[in-house]
Amino acid sequence: MTKSSSVKIGLLQFPGSNCDVDCKNALREHFSIDVIPIWHTETTLPKLDGLIIPGGFSYGDYLRGGALASHSKIVADVKSFAARGGPIIGICNGFQILTEAGLLPGVLLRNAQRTFICKYTTLSTQSGKSFYQRTLNSSKINLPIAHGEGRYFLGREGLKKLHDNGQIVFTYDENPNGACDSIAGIVNEKGNVFGLMPHPERAMRTSTGGSSDGKLVWEAFLASCG
Amino acid sequence: MHSTMTGKHNFKLTATIDEKHLGTLLPKHKINDEEYKTVKNILKRPPTLAELGVFSAMWSEHCSYKSSRIHLKKLPTTGPQVVMGPGENAGVVQIEDDLCIAFKMESHNHPSYIEPYQGAATGVGGILRDVFCMGARPIANLNCLRFGKRSHPKTSHLFTHVVRGIGDYGNCVGIPTVAGNVSFDDCYDGNCLVNAMTVGTIHRQKIFTGHASGVGNYVVYVGSATGRDGIHGATMASDSFDSRDKEDRSAIQVGDPFKEKLLLEVTLEVLEKNIVVGLQDMGAAGLTSSAFEMADRGKSGLFIDLDKVPVRAQNMTAYELLLSESQERMLMVIAPDKWEEAQKVFEKWELDFGIIGIVTDTNRVQIAKDGILEVDLEVAPLTEQAPRYDRPVKNRELKSNYSDEATLLKIQELKVQKVLQKLLHDTGCKQPMFQQYDQHIGTQTALSSTDQGAAIMWLRSDWCHSKFLGLALSSACNESYTRADAYTGGAHAVLKAARAIAATGATPLATTDCLNYGNPEDPLVMDDFVKSLAGMSEACVKLNTPIVSGNVSFYNETDGVSIAPTPMIGMVGKIQDYRLAKPAQVSKRAMFYLLTPSHTTFSFAGSLAEKTFTTPSSATKLPDINWEYEVAAMDYLSKQLSHASITACRDVGQGGIATAVVKLLKGSNWKVSVETENNLAPELYLFGEHSGSYIIACENDEWLDHAALPDGLSIRFLGEALPSDDCEIQFGTSICSLKELKKAEGSSLVFDHSENEGVQ
Repeated sequence: MTKSSSVKIGLLQFPGSNCDVDCKNALREHFSIDVIPIWHTETTLPKLDGLIIPGGFSYGDYLRGGALASHSKIVADVKSFAARGGPIIGICNGFQILTEAGLLPGVLLRNAQRTFICKYTTLSTQSGKSFYQRTLNSSKINLPIAHGEGRYFLGREGLKKLHDNGQIVFTYDENPNGACDSIAGIVNEKGNVFGLMPHPERAMRTSTGGSSDGKLVWEAFLASCG
Repeated sequence: MHSTMTGKHNFKLTATIDEKHLGTLLPKHKINDEEYKTVKNILKRPPTLAELGVFSAMWSEHCSYKSSRIHLKKLPTTGPQVVMGPGENAGVVQIEDDLCIAFKMESHNHPSYIEPYQGAATGVGGILRDVFCMGARPIANLNCLRFGKRSHPKTSHLFTHVVRGIGDYGNCVGIPTVAGNVSFDDCYDGNCLVNAMTVGTIHRQKIFTGHASGVGNYVVYVGSATGRDGIHGATMASDSFDSRDKEDRSAIQVGDPFKEKLLLEVTLEVLEKNIVVGLQDMGAAGLTSSAFEMADRGKSGLFIDLDKVPVRAQNMTAYELLLSESQERMLMVIAPDKWEEAQKVFEKWELDFGIIGIVTDTNRVQIAKDGILEVDLEVAPLTEQAPRYDRPVKNRELKSNYSDEATLLKIQELKVQKVLQKLLHDTGCKQPMFQQYDQHIGTQTALSSTDQGAAIMWLRSDWCHSKFLGLALSSACNESYTRADAYTGGAHAVLKAARAIAATGATPLATTDCLNYGNPEDPLVMDDFVKSLAGMSEACVKLNTPIVSGNVSFYNETDGVSIAPTPMIGMVGKIQDYRLAKPAQVSKRAMFYLLTPSHTTFSFAGSLAEKTFTTPSSATKLPDINWEYEVAAMDYLSKQLSHASITACRDVGQGGIATAVVKLLKGSNWKVSVETENNLAPELYLFGEHSGSYIIACENDEWLDHAALPDGLSIRFLGEALPSDDCEIQFGTSICSLKELKKAEGSSLVFDHSENEGVQ
């Protein structure tokens, strides 16, 4: 499928981002979109229809995944973009940065088995009103995970709110890391900020890894970008 | 700029060493009396303490290859595919058009034994820098690991932390770890082996070498600040262990993969923008070796002011600054008119940097601190004139009357199920290890090597006309073979790596090695070294896979006991369309065919069955290799495997046909039958080992054209696998529980997760 290349998608880059190129390739090769790279020292975002926060180890993640990046210069404007309803997708470290910046509830903790885990997982799409949930419509998809700190945690009340509001987008069919309620990805209340641990940008071709289900996630993201 | 940076100065040389203390100084620096005489002859005076440190590091086995160099010269290193052979930071081969591959393997054995997490992590960091400092972007890492027997008290600790160190480093830098091998053997009880390999893509016209030229150009330091870690790392790696003093922590480097990622981006950016004249990683022997090597290649001199070096420890001496092996540092030579542009790149990536010296025309490396010269040495003696030894060899006589009887009798006492469980436990599934490595980042991994096949990477590149080119990657060394017969074992290491590549449908292209041995001063160890190199050479010539880079690690010895010769082989291969590469496992109904030389010898000599059930052979002649058939089989596979009806292929290796069949099956929900051979004891047929055989799995036999089969090769029906809840496999008349076999296969690795506190 080809998407109009007039859509302006930004790609945030921190020192230590390492999934940025994969996101760039995914959008260029499959949707003919050239993303706009945005370095972390910028203070304002350019005019955008959507923003990607890619995976990696921003600033080495020596404190806690995403903790340092959530205080970088650009984040203030990312917050106003989100407040204006701008679509944001944060993947892996990007998800960690979104929770650390307070744009999504909860926190990503060290995996229960205390090792890094890289493998394919089957995800179930939960019901809700976001573009992702409506587009993927309860389907099961296969995406790879690759993280050491991916155990989603939130207190009981917070979790209840997530369930009640339909903010849980993906759950793992087999919980790989001890995440609360097997949560793999969530949206904010408005549905415009999406964070997930699995990597849709790595599942674009069956010939490199075994699944092309990542395309469905990007299609939903791009649909939300208008 | 400071006036000394013109290279003109009147600095006086610091005091030379007091020769009264040679008795303690020389052993500490691992310089023998003869070598010290040479030092004096070169200098016409005693050295300063810093100079003695420089000689010690540069003439160490690790840096100078003094015991191996004359033998390494005999390796086959040329071929039409070779763009750059040994001698540079990594070897380079052409894949297609301007697209080339830079790759190399290197050891980090000694540090990993002392501090497994940091040792393994910095091993990955070092080999990554060797590849990217040439201008190549790393696309894959491999790791070849050897540990002592599973029951040894140190093994699970070492294994757990080595795997975590490799994972944390590569995962953070963002390079997928896609292949490798691991085994456990008594001979590594006192010396584990950690050999890391990196593969990168590079443009044929943009290969950079680390030379310092252009008088007046700046010598620039970029990367992590220098601390006291790793002082004498190169000298340590050139010594054996003594169990009485194994605490050697000050010589261990500490890694920071985040800094490595920044250094990677900085390096590739300054090379891409043509900002630098030359650059070199500060690896073993730190600033010392990079300064001398760059001056040597550039036929120039260098003046360096140590007061300008970014530091992270107080009051470091010249000696410490020169020999520190702090990680993630690069030395660059930059012309003054490019300096402003360079600074912008360094500042963007937030790395420490500084001009620490200047290129001169003196042919000397002069190093000052606090206005006093600490080192004033001619370049050539440290590099070209480093000692070379033709160490004595003593022929290790091989027994030529091997009999399979003892192993056969032992196995015949047991049920096939029991035998196979033990073999699979030893050579089992590596999935739990690979799961700790990011295998998919970069989205070029088509097949990763979780089941010991070769990995296949898609070479997504604008530098070649083919859009779906694939790179095959494999590694191998069977220490049971090299322990029995160094020559044939050396050849088998190359063959095994090549067969893993051939089994995907790709063609082997070129080789790197990491040569791990005991003490070279032992004439029997030296004999093993020379013979295994000869075996490797023969294999590389026959398979047309020249050796383009490599590394030697001697002194893998503890309390006088050496490891088995372990010439680890890393290999790259090429496939025109990566989408057609075959995996090493089946997940759908399949028929199995055995491709094998018509007159192959099944033997237990050096086999896994022999090691498991009796005593492993040492000094025993292995069956000769039939090169004609080996090559013919690989050619045949490269033509046939692309056929759509073929679903998987794997070569038959350790543990023989039965082991290979179980490993071919994904999961345990199957009903499988395997035929045995009438003319051979079923145990020898199922568990004996032999060279040049492959199992081809297919949906039907449409691909099979007996007429196309070269003379001397045969293909026969081996068996069938049907999806089933029976979970059963039948070998001849013996029926085995596949669930139990897969359980044994899955229990192969010995992680100690109680130790995983503090994982990144």
